[in-house]
Amino acid sequence: MQISGAEIVVRSLQEEGVEFVFGYPGGAVLEIYDAIFRQQEFKHVLVRHEQAAVHAADAYSRSSDKVGVALVTSGPGATNAVTGIATAYMDSIPMVVISGQVPTPAIGLDAFQEVDMVGITRPCVKHNFLVKDINELAATIKKAFYIAKTGRPGPVVVDVPKDVTQAKAEFHYPESVSIRSYVPVTRGHPGQIKKAVNLLAEAKRPYIYVGGGAVQGDAAAEVTELVKMLGVPCTNTLMGLGAYPGQDQQFLGMLGMHGTYEANMAMQYCDVLIAVGARFDDRVISIPSHFLSQPKKIVHIDVDPSSIAKRVKVDVPIVGDVKHVLRDMIDLFKQTGLKTNEQHLNNWWKQIEEWRSYNSLLYTPSTELIKPQYVVQKLYEITGGDAIITSDVGQHQMWAAQYYPFKRPKQWLNSGGLGTMGFGLPAAIGAQLANPDAQVACITGEGSIQMNIQELSTAKQYHTPVKVIALNNRYLGMVRQWQEFFYGTRYSESYMDALPDFVKIAEAYGHVGFKVENPADVEPVLRETFSPALKERLVFLDFRTDQSENVFPMIQNGKGLDQMDLPPHMRELQIAPFENNRDYGNMC
Amino acid sequence: MRHILSILLENEAGALSRVVGLFSARAYNIDSLTVSTTEDPTLSRMTIVTHGSDEVIEQITKQLNKLIEVVKVIDLNESDHIEREMMLIKVRATGKDREEMKRMADIFRGRIIDVTEKTYTIELTGTSDKLNAFIEAIDRSVILETVRTGASGIGRGERILKI
Repeated sequence: MQISGAEIVVRSLQEEGVEFVFGYPGGAVLEIYDAIFRQQEFKHVLVRHEQAAVHAADAYSRSSDKVGVALVTSGPGATNAVTGIATAYMDSIPMVVISGQVPTPAIGLDAFQEVDMVGITRPCVKHNFLVKDINELAATIKKAFYIAKTGRPGPVVVDVPKDVTQAKAEFHYPESVSIRSYVPVTRGHPGQIKKAVNLLAEAKRPYIYVGGGAVQGDAAAEVTELVKMLGVPCTNTLMGLGAYPGQDQQFLGMLGMHGTYEANMAMQYCDVLIAVGARFDDRVISIPSHFLSQPKKIVHIDVDPSSIAKRVKVDVPIVGDVKHVLRDMIDLFKQTGLKTNEQHLNNWWKQIEEWRSYNSLLYTPSTELIKPQYVVQKLYEITGGDAIITSDVGQHQMWAAQYYPFKRPKQWLNSGGLGTMGFGLPAAIGAQLANPDAQVACITGEGSIQMNIQELSTAKQYHTPVKVIALNNRYLGMVRQWQEFFYGTRYSESYMDALPDFVKIAEAYGHVGFKVENPADVEPVLRETFSPALKERLVFLDFRTDQSENVFPMIQNGKGLDQMDLPPHMRELQIAPFENNRDYGNMC
Repeated sequence: MRHILSILLENEAGALSRVVGLFSARAYNIDSLTVSTTEDPTLSRMTIVTHGSDEVIEQITKQLNKLIEVVKVIDLNESDHIEREMMLIKVRATGKDREEMKRMADIFRGRIIDVTEKTYTIELTGTSDKLNAFIEAIDRSVILETVRTGASGIGRGERILKI
């Protein structure tokens, strides 16, 4: 039996086991929306702006093991989706975005709501398709899902002209896909794995540096097993948080521009570094030449060969699925009986504990002003460290990353690569739908939240009781911090004048809102927010926080990992420079 | 350093723009680019002449391989190879220049493929260096127009780029 292209789209999504489609209708996709109306298998989530549809689909994907799906119309619907697509691309999130297109005969004629979606998204997708022939529609959607979730994951766009959705064809959904030009590597090279194991066994100062690849590659268990088995220190990137339990003693915290003192010092002074699904980003190692000025052997495990030797030359590249490679490394350690050198490791830990003892995340508490760090710490306590946390971009994002030690992968959802303000709220909605029983909180700022605040309406419609934790300092905080440090406190356009009453906004959308101005109220309000009474409600917490608080430690542009701007309490300390072969005696 | 990359890619709409887009997005250089279908109509073969440090060339190769439609990439510089480029050059050929042009074309083993009272159009094939040398060798003022294909390359002997 022949069915319409629109029905083929819907049937294909059903075949893929899609649960939710996040989207917004419009002229070019009316046929698809009609087919959605006539089916029951998946739910459609109507957002209030296409960017939010893509962020929600992205977070649905980030917080589950499924591929998020977004559906948008042609022209402005498609261009509104681009920020969301680029966000997912930078963080390697598997996602399929279906966009409507003007009918094929109209393509190229500047038709109403026409935009070259394939052209516009080309640099920010893993792959994209324009389907001109209905007979290729089902197979193309199959390919899109396959490409999105295999290898290094990423978003795939399928652009479907309206006449293709109206044409008719037989529906055959392919069982499997094989693309001759796309064969992702899974197993790492055994010779390289052996070299990596030998390097670790001989290391004096080993260090495991874990990025988002371990989260997306489902390798958190292997990371934890290897780190525990070897007794070595471990750090996570912003994207890797949760890949190793945040409260564990062997965890040194996040590294990078706002990483802990010990995580960054260890990165600079380790002698054998194992990079797992991490890419030596500029926000992590700052300048490569300074990072490499301290000699070290680097093993780099990544599923994407182009991530290896992009910014930093490595000694042992291992191309492969991180989960498999780590499993092979663990097995090889067990088979050969190789171990890390206990004496070297003891010395290394003594140095690390000394660095850690400075407590670089210490801040000055206040009984008058709400410290943003304190809010995050209390949130951690009250949620038992179990909540799924989404964030926007800025100071609040860094405080969330620093003060909420994530227990498990896929618990921390943020736009690490692209740094997209407006990600947090739609992401929270997507995460809540993927995890209906979880507590979901969006840590945001008064700047970021206003970039997609209309999604409060979506949250109401779909009963997603997320908790919005706004750290409202009446400034675009990270911009203000940079202006304070580098632009002579000239706060150019970083002040948020005429802020709305967020409590009223929340209430207007049918939610609950609280404004919190007194530090003593932080804990009780959070307790109430997460109490059974408000379990089913979206609660918007407007915390009026200290306006002058800065994120520390901080690595300025052009500085190295061991040249951090330290928090006030560390500035007066006489910290001995790192010394190779130092005798630590019995100090610990 | 100058490198010649040979790329086998799916003969699909948009594949070329992915390659070109990659070069511009990542600020790589394209000195020349040629592309056409192969004996297998589902595949295109592209030759890109680029230049950059070893690290940049390594990244270019990896990034090209990452494109879904790219089947294979080889850097021809890694072993013996042959490269050829064709140029059509239209020159003024009057008076004593007419005889001189014919002689120069012969020396460079070019062929005059179109003749008018005032012009010759010469077809010249060789390495890019040879074509450059021809342009250097003749009087610049007589050149009316040049069109070059960009280099095509192939490995010597048994080295074959195929699926």
